[in-house]
Amino acid sequence: MLEIKNLHASVEGKEILKGIDLSIKPGEVHALMGPNGSGKSTLSNVLVGNPQYTVTQGSVTFRGKDLLQMPAEDRSHEGLFMSFQQPVEIPGVSMNNFMRAALNAKRKYLGQPPISGGDFLKLVKEKREMVGLDASLTRRGVNEGFSGGEKKRNEIFQMAMLEPLLTILDETDSGLDVDALRIVAEGFNRLRTENTSAICITHYQRMLDYIKPDIVHVMMDGRIVRTGGPDLAYRIEEQGFDWLKEE
Amino acid sequence: MPQSQDNALVRDIANRDYEYGFTTDIETEIIPRGLSEDVVRLISQKKGEPQWLLDFRLKAYRHWLTMEQPKWGHVDLPPIDYQAISYYADPRGRKRKDGPQEIDPELQKTFDKLGIPLNERLALSGVAVDAVMDSVSVKTTFKEKLAEKGIIFCSISEAVKDHPDLVRQYLGSVVPYRDNFFAALNSAVFSDGSFVYIPKGVRCPMELSTYFRINAINTGQFERTLIVCDDGGYVSYLEGCTAPMRDENQLHAAIVEIVVCQDAEVKYSTVQNWYPGDREGRGGVYNLVTKRGLLKGDRSKLSWTQVETGSAITWKYPSCVLKGDGSTAEFYSVAVTNNHQQADTGTKMVHLGRNTRSTIVSKGISAGRSQNSYRGLVRVAPNAEGSRNYSSCDSLLLGDTCGAHTFPYIDVNNDSSVVEHEATTSKISEDQLLYCNQRGIPPEEAVALIVNGYAKEVLNKLPMEFAVEAQKLLSVSLEGSVG
Repeated sequence: MLEIKNLHASVEGKEILKGIDLSIKPGEVHALMGPNGSGKSTLSNVLVGNPQYTVTQGSVTFRGKDLLQMPAEDRSHEGLFMSFQQPVEIPGVSMNNFMRAALNAKRKYLGQPPISGGDFLKLVKEKREMVGLDASLTRRGVNEGFSGGEKKRNEIFQMAMLEPLLTILDETDSGLDVDALRIVAEGFNRLRTENTSAICITHYQRMLDYIKPDIVHVMMDGRIVRTGGPDLAYRIEEQGFDWLKEE
Repeated sequence: MPQSQDNALVRDIANRDYEYGFTTDIETEIIPRGLSEDVVRLISQKKGEPQWLLDFRLKAYRHWLTMEQPKWGHVDLPPIDYQAISYYADPRGRKRKDGPQEIDPELQKTFDKLGIPLNERLALSGVAVDAVMDSVSVKTTFKEKLAEKGIIFCSISEAVKDHPDLVRQYLGSVVPYRDNFFAALNSAVFSDGSFVYIPKGVRCPMELSTYFRINAINTGQFERTLIVCDDGGYVSYLEGCTAPMRDENQLHAAIVEIVVCQDAEVKYSTVQNWYPGDREGRGGVYNLVTKRGLLKGDRSKLSWTQVETGSAITWKYPSCVLKGDGSTAEFYSVAVTNNHQQADTGTKMVHLGRNTRSTIVSKGISAGRSQNSYRGLVRVAPNAEGSRNYSSCDSLLLGDTCGAHTFPYIDVNNDSSVVEHEATTSKISEDQLLYCNQRGIPPEEAVALIVNGYAKEVLNKLPMEFAVEAQKLLSVSLEGSVG
């Protein structure tokens, strides 16, 4: 599904990623852990095509296509989705209008006609119930005045609407209490299939209690320094990252 | 976005961004260029006007000669050679001398192309139209149907002939010819525009609208519109405007006067889409306009809504004089400037009556190398006790080569009134764009979506039939502003 080879990237001239290799197969969930500043968020921003980041070396292949050559919107159409760490507010643009524009852009890319108003509202209702998003929120402006928990749930709602093949959860647990985290994670789990994959970026094991990873990577200073099974996350929870530095 | 793709996008847009830029090839009677007392007399004679109106024009002209073009606007207005302009152009061709007859097919075609069918059977349901090309009204639809309710809707030229007492009573009563330089000029040479009279207690059953089109080259258009809404009446009125693409600048200097009597309500909406000039700032219309409403009666209401996307230079302050006790005035504005456009626009709210209320919501959107200013005055007279004003002025910047400016003037002369003013300036953030792009919405569409969301509060005030059109217009006006 995703092949990252020797990826180097910089922001404002400073190299952050110093050679990342990562391979994700359909159905797999990979956890990406690491201390602040290790490059986790840079990697997710590079993958979704944030223009503030420059790729200086390496390649990324997504479903056999060169991801780095695609504009951000085409990466989305191909099936890449990111749940943002801090979802922005877009005042005055209702969630319904926003999602319809997104969905129709994807349908256009796939050569399909725009979705009808009735079908769209039916789809919204179905997906909203699946992830437990309140009806009043889809009529409000995008993330406008949403609480931290509502914003994260809204990200999962959008994921449900767009049905991506690879989802990046970028510190989805940050700013959530345990109950809110559980609701968001359950929503995500309901959407998983054997063909969909995820990268779950987090500092803490507690997120991984709900979203079970198949493989855990630890990033430090722009490189993946250790890859292992789920037990690696527990060891980090107990011992922190320092033991990895010493090795 | 890669540079090459960006350039292609920009080129593509430059070729298609003003879709009303065509000209109509029609025999047009144009009087020689230049301005003098003789020209004023000629215009009056061509329109077959009574002596009192000629006297009004001549007084205005003589006063204009003593005035100077104002310089206080935050616009770079090149000197205008008033002798290089023709002040009267009649596109109705020769046939009209044979008495009342069918409208010229070329004119019909022009308005069809603009999406303004003059055939009542094809018209947008519930909208009556007065179509003005250059200096004359070409056709007014649904006149008879409206007349059944006693509503007068016709060109101002016809009103002078058919309803002289009403016109004489109200013309110049809200905007006197001495008001300002362009008002004096307009009062001297005004050609056509609409006249509306809503009788006592009548609720106008249709949207009334006037569509202004400039076609002839090197001519000025001097619109004059007068709306009188008698006690307890209601009317919603909308004006639209477009012009061909030309390398020369063209002048549109209008006066709109509105009189709102006791318990009456007028909604006035504008979708202004004059040719804005090309990407290098060549050509475009100078839109120098005086619009004012008098809330004459107690509990009267007046609401101005404007969507300003066109014109090379806009100088326009739709204003309200709140004279009646308990009267309510609103001003909702979206002004978009792109490329080299300049806009200095806002409102004046003059509170004279007690317990009067006014609301100002202004949204400026600047892109390219444009300059966009809000200029607003709120004045509360000593006797206007218990009055309130709320003003909110927001500016949105796209890119870093444009400018947004706010010039609020507040003058409160009693202790029992409350005036609030809020202002914000923001940019479309990279984060908002990335968020949209990540969800699959391409950059151009994302900007249109964000801008429409930003302007929603104002767009919601437009009559429903026009809100969709206005949304599209906002998107088109800003095409090419990201990359």
